Amino acid sequence: MISESLVELSRWQFALTALYHFLFVPLTLGLAFLLAIMETVYVVTGKQIYQDMVKFWGKLFGINFALGVTTGLTMEFQFGTNWAYYSHYVGDIFGAPLAIEGLVAFFLESTFVGLFFFGWDRLSKYQHLTVTWLVAFGSNFSALWILIANGWMQNPLGAEFNIDTMRMEMQDFALVLFNPVAQVKFVHTVMGGYVAGALFVLGISAFYLLKKRDVAFAKRSFTVASVFGMCAVLGVMLLGDESGYEMGDVQKYKLAAIEAEWETQEAPASFTLFGIPNQETQQTDFAIKIPYVLGLIATRSTTEQVTGLKDIVAQHEQRIVNGIQAVTALTAIRSGNDTPEARAVFEQHKQDLGYGMLMHRYVADPARSTPEQIHQAAIDSIPSVMPLFFAFRLMVACGIAMFVLLIAALWICYTRRYTQYTWLLRACLCAIPLPWLAIESGWFVAEFGRQPWAIGEILPTFMATSSLTARDLWISLVGFITVYSALLVVEMWLMFRFARLGPSSLHTGRYHLENQRLEADDASPAPVTTTTKLA
Amino acid sequence: MIDYEMLKLIWWLLVGVLLIGFAIADGMDMGAAILMPFVGRNDAERRVVINTIAPHWDGNQVWLVTAGGAIFAAWPPVYATAFSGFYFAMLLVLLALFFRPVGFDYRSKIESPQWRTWWDRLIWFGSFVPTLVFGVAFGNLLQGVPFEVDSMMRASYAGTFFELLNPFAILCGLISVAMIVMHGGAWLMARADRVVAERSRVALQGGAIALVVLFMIAGAWVGQSGMGYVVTEIGDTSGAMNLLNKSVTHASWLAKYDNPLEWIAPLLGIAGALVAFALAGMKRGGLAFVASSLSMAGVIATAGLAMFPFIMPSSLQPAASLTLWDATSSAMTLTIMFWVALVMVPVILSYTLWCYIKMWRRITLEHISSNNHVLY
Repeated sequence: MISESLVELSRWQFALTALYHFLFVPLTLGLAFLLAIMETVYVVTGKQIYQDMVKFWGKLFGINFALGVTTGLTMEFQFGTNWAYYSHYVGDIFGAPLAIEGLVAFFLESTFVGLFFFGWDRLSKYQHLTVTWLVAFGSNFSALWILIANGWMQNPLGAEFNIDTMRMEMQDFALVLFNPVAQVKFVHTVMGGYVAGALFVLGISAFYLLKKRDVAFAKRSFTVASVFGMCAVLGVMLLGDESGYEMGDVQKYKLAAIEAEWETQEAPASFTLFGIPNQETQQTDFAIKIPYVLGLIATRSTTEQVTGLKDIVAQHEQRIVNGIQAVTALTAIRSGNDTPEARAVFEQHKQDLGYGMLMHRYVADPARSTPEQIHQAAIDSIPSVMPLFFAFRLMVACGIAMFVLLIAALWICYTRRYTQYTWLLRACLCAIPLPWLAIESGWFVAEFGRQPWAIGEILPTFMATSSLTARDLWISLVGFITVYSALLVVEMWLMFRFARLGPSSLHTGRYHLENQRLEADDASPAPVTTTTKLA
Repeated sequence: MIDYEMLKLIWWLLVGVLLIGFAIADGMDMGAAILMPFVGRNDAERRVVINTIAPHWDGNQVWLVTAGGAIFAAWPPVYATAFSGFYFAMLLVLLALFFRPVGFDYRSKIESPQWRTWWDRLIWFGSFVPTLVFGVAFGNLLQGVPFEVDSMMRASYAGTFFELLNPFAILCGLISVAMIVMHGGAWLMARADRVVAERSRVALQGGAIALVVLFMIAGAWVGQSGMGYVVTEIGDTSGAMNLLNKSVTHASWLAKYDNPLEWIAPLLGIAGALVAFALAGMKRGGLAFVASSLSMAGVIATAGLAMFPFIMPSSLQPAASLTLWDATSSAMTLTIMFWVALVMVPVILSYTLWCYIKMWRRITLEHISSNNHVLY
């Protein structure tokens, strides 16, 4: 049996490094398109200010991009370093989209991003514009393939277990590719990234408007961000709803956990707006319910039921009992006792093999499981409800807040009173963290809600780890936390510094701080006070 | 539909191509960065070095990501066993690689000398360590790695991190460093300001000589020690295979080199380095770069061919050694990936070439000073 602490630490390490990577990816996804849009306006209108916008927001894009690349490497390495059994067990399917991601998307994005930064004087206007669009498309394709891989973890279609190689193998690539969960997830996730990009530009532009400096630059950026942001936030909400509908179809346990749906209610089920879910007593204390809403959202009907957690646990218990027979037959076959009888038993129960494997956590030989152990495994086969319940509500609340804010921002653009409503501008500035809160909680809901599975109903998370010791994990985890924290501090410091400077950091001589400095220089040749002048 | 056996061979070749591609592409910027403190004696000269690779390092690094992805997809057990077995070595490489993207982008954004010196050190660390460790990893593969596989196909590594740093593996690590120094030197000869280029010539020539000498020592070492494995019995290589159903014993890797054709790879490795040395003397940096690329392809292919059909031999449980016959993905996955690679690799090579052509120029000190705020 694998030690619980190794599993816990491996999960923590993966979660922290993935959440950290996901601080940078959404901004890359969103800013890349904003840059492409701004540059298109530049090429069409020929106005210099739009090129300055591309270059300035591009500088911030670069600071963020560097850490996105850095932390992305960790993710690719980590399946092998920390989830070796997972890599062996599903690499035949899961590896393919990752490799294709490299070939189709990541090469495109990374090869052209260098030209985006350094190719201004080497490329024609149109060539450079093409390069910028290719970077944007490259980063988005990249997200597509990663989410196809992730979608397969949530809803593993098109694969079959092979006894000889002792792993899952691909049967139908089209099913993996056009997995409905993956498609919905992809659009929901990249649109979330667009919102992050939009609110980032919006907030920083609002800061310049509040300071009444570089107003021409700021109001154009503000407008582009509001329009783009509004389209994106509508997309996010629409696809979020679609996501819920898909989940009701293929991940019933996740949906029920998010909604703290303990009992199967009569259709259409009511929606719990707020409450304190209690895993022990299997009920939600202090629940505030809205009739009919959950049933309508999750099933889009008034007659279909949303299965409650208690019923799901009962179903899982039966599947575990069947699965134990599959595991027992498989063990016999693998240890040389390859009889037609054993093969027949295995074939009969192989769709529940994963459920049988859940028992490895409680007993060395699943064939000797006691009814109590099986019951416990069934209870543990649903995720913890409370964290999911709240993370989901946090995500939705942030989404609604951003939607309202973007309406206000559009209204500012429409009235053209860019500097008048200071409280609104201040709200835009303070709202910069909102998309990140929403995105990180969304990631948490998706991945924590998948537990106890690494691959939905196929491979339990605790079996997926590498053969390492808890000590190994402590060393690497502390290492990651230390280095990542240091990198984050440096990144944020640079980001704040350049955001405060604004377009003056381009040293074109056209922007506020440079003119101010020139005036000051004229008055008195002031000594350089800081040792860290900007390049 | 290509038959399974053929596909397995094709993927062995393709992973080889990706690894050689990684060495040539990323090797050039790793080499340039390793040489930076030696050929760049002041901030402006170091910026020359960094800006020769500025538009390209990110694309180059994708060769590593894609090679990793291809190993994951084509040889899942290799990916699982190597990455988890070499746990701390992999994390060390990862740690080192962290500092490159960040270092390149952040270094010149602030004008403080201390800030830049620190990033220079980290960029050096980030380029030197992976170069060394990848060589050390090859050295360990050649000797066999102490891992075993149970009947559920769970692999476990019985060695420690420090056992990886044995003398032969360190020799291989040094070969890797010599190779990359030669290659980075050639790149800087072709692209950097004349002052930097002249110093890089010396580095190139030193690297080339070191490579030839160390490479021959390693060859003799392999011959003397009888290092190597051979598959004595294996099932039907055209089908899906149980990894544990084969027999493996010790036999020198050099036993294969009885066929004159087999000698092409090591000879290319040596001849390429010598030609690069000579071309550098003639101040032909661009051509020396081509020669050093061929040399690297030869050196890497020598190791790969010597181990054929092994990918990762096990010293602890030789029967569980991972070979290209039984450590591969299913026929369907290999087929799909083959077609994707067949279409995409030429496309990638074309646009990468276009980028290099577009950005091709000598980065001079004047260029740095007149584009102070745009460049790295």
